[in-house]
Amino acid sequence: MNPKKISAIFQKQVKETLKNKEVLIQFLMFPILVVIMENSIKVEGMPEHYFVQLFATMYIGMAPLVSMTSIIAEEKEKNTLRMLMLSNVKPMEYLIGIGSYILLACMIGACVFAATGEYKGRELAEFLCIMMVGILISMLTGAAIGVWSKNAMSASSVSVPVMMVFSFLPMIASFNEHVKKVSDFVWSGQINNLMNSLGAIDFDMQTVLVLLANGGVVFVLFQIAYKKCGLA
Amino acid sequence: MEQKKESLRIEIQGISQSFGEKKVLDNIQLNIGDGEIFALLGPSGAGKTTLLKILTGQLVQTEGTAKILGTDTKKLTDKEYSKIGMMLDTSGLYERLSCYDNLLLFTQIYGISKNYIEEALLKVGLMEAKKRPVNKLSKGMKQRLVLARALMNDPWILFLDEPTSGLDPASTREIHKLIFSLKEKGTTVFLTTHNMEEAEKLCDNIALLHEGNIVEYGNPKEICRRYNHQNKIEILLKNGKQLSLCNSESSAKEIYGYLQEGIVETIHSTEPNLENVFVELTGRSFE
Ligand SMILES: Nc1ncnc2c1ncn2[C@@H]1O[C@H](COP(=O)(O)OP(=O)(O)O)[C@@H](O)[C@H]1O
Ligand SMILES: [Mg+2]
Repeated sequence: MNPKKISAIFQKQVKETLKNKEVLIQFLMFPILVVIMENSIKVEGMPEHYFVQLFATMYIGMAPLVSMTSIIAEEKEKNTLRMLMLSNVKPMEYLIGIGSYILLACMIGACVFAATGEYKGRELAEFLCIMMVGILISMLTGAAIGVWSKNAMSASSVSVPVMMVFSFLPMIASFNEHVKKVSDFVWSGQINNLMNSLGAIDFDMQTVLVLLANGGVVFVLFQIAYKKCGLA
Repeated sequence: MEQKKESLRIEIQGISQSFGEKKVLDNIQLNIGDGEIFALLGPSGAGKTTLLKILTGQLVQTEGTAKILGTDTKKLTDKEYSKIGMMLDTSGLYERLSCYDNLLLFTQIYGISKNYIEEALLKVGLMEAKKRPVNKLSKGMKQRLVLARALMNDPWILFLDEPTSGLDPASTREIHKLIFSLKEKGTTVFLTTHNMEEAEKLCDNIALLHEGNIVEYGNPKEICRRYNHQNKIEILLKNGKQLSLCNSESSAKEIYGYLQEGIVETIHSTEPNLENVFVELTGRSFE
């Protein structure tokens, strides 16, 4: 692997995204929303920083997944990815270049959440770690969908419902016991559980197993998509 | 195909390609030498892009072997890719990025100096549009930018898939000029086109592709001469009289006479153009 090529891809993605409203809005929407909601809505009896935790979980489910899918699918559709491969950029170099950009952008978003939630010390460290794990799994899910699809249209017809399931499941679970049982086996559900015990996280076996198993499944799906469709 | 083995840059032996039941290429044999400009001519759907994809390692053929720069196209590596330039049948440009940024990406990938960018932009006459995003360029400008990108790594072989298709005559001329200038440098150019005139004007050799077979190969002028069955000379005199003479010694004397009298308006030979040759070979018109 060649770090120069990875950095080239990373740089081009920074420039491209600044001019791509659909991807940019994914990164900005929830961080902006959380600042507004936290500062404007105060309801008696609402848990402290309710919106931060709620939106952070949704952000993880949406932004990395949708942006990864749409970037890959668009590059496939426009044949830019093929040009890169023909200039001997390796698939891994490409994915790491794009992925590290999305991770960075989403972690900046995570910092906005952290600042709004006024997290400090252990709380802050835990929050950022959870965000990072969640973002990585979400990104890999997005990559699998992006690789699977032929063009941007078909990619979003899959990524939007998948994104909805992952980001809304934990919220619905908080109102419904039956859904909660399912949600506990899904990574976004566990991420939400972790969010709820920030500052005093005591990793239990189930959390770790669910995260690992989910990550594993997504990775296998990605591998299958990659074998079947390739990158270009 | 009498070139020496060492000077061959592209060797194609018995290439066949099927998609399901459909045979798109059937036992293609071709050799393309050093510094040659070669065109694969054929109507749309003939299999031109398919062959180009096989040669550039984007597609693995059903049968046969192909080599570029002596390496099997199934096993192309960094080393070969750094010596070829490519213009695909889609631009593959980042529409939101500027001309400069599009080229910058490839200098970084190839690990070459940024100075090449301006050099390349100058070469294709896009210096003024340097900062303009690609989605604000005309089709001809985009195509020139693609060519600039393909030349970025100073390639030994340049693959061009329909480089002038859909372009206005001025842009087409610009691109032809660039292709010609490459010949002087010894770059081998493999282009596909369905434009007969382009092939006649530019190429050392052409192959006519029809239903997966090469139905004619050679120098375009020679091919036209070979199909000159009528072998006549047509003369238009200033008084409006039209003559059709056999290409023989007695006609030569007659023409000489007209020329001396200064009454000749035009002289044509009846050589067919490539289009006529194609129609004769396949019984089908080209477009
Ligand atoms: N991946 C593919 N799967 C199935 N058929 C294909 C594929 N690629 C090309 N073809 C078919 O092969 C034929 C030749 O295509 P192509 O090489 O693109 O023609 P050209 O470039 O000469 O216009 C067409 O009939 C096309 O439909
Ligand atoms: Mg084609």
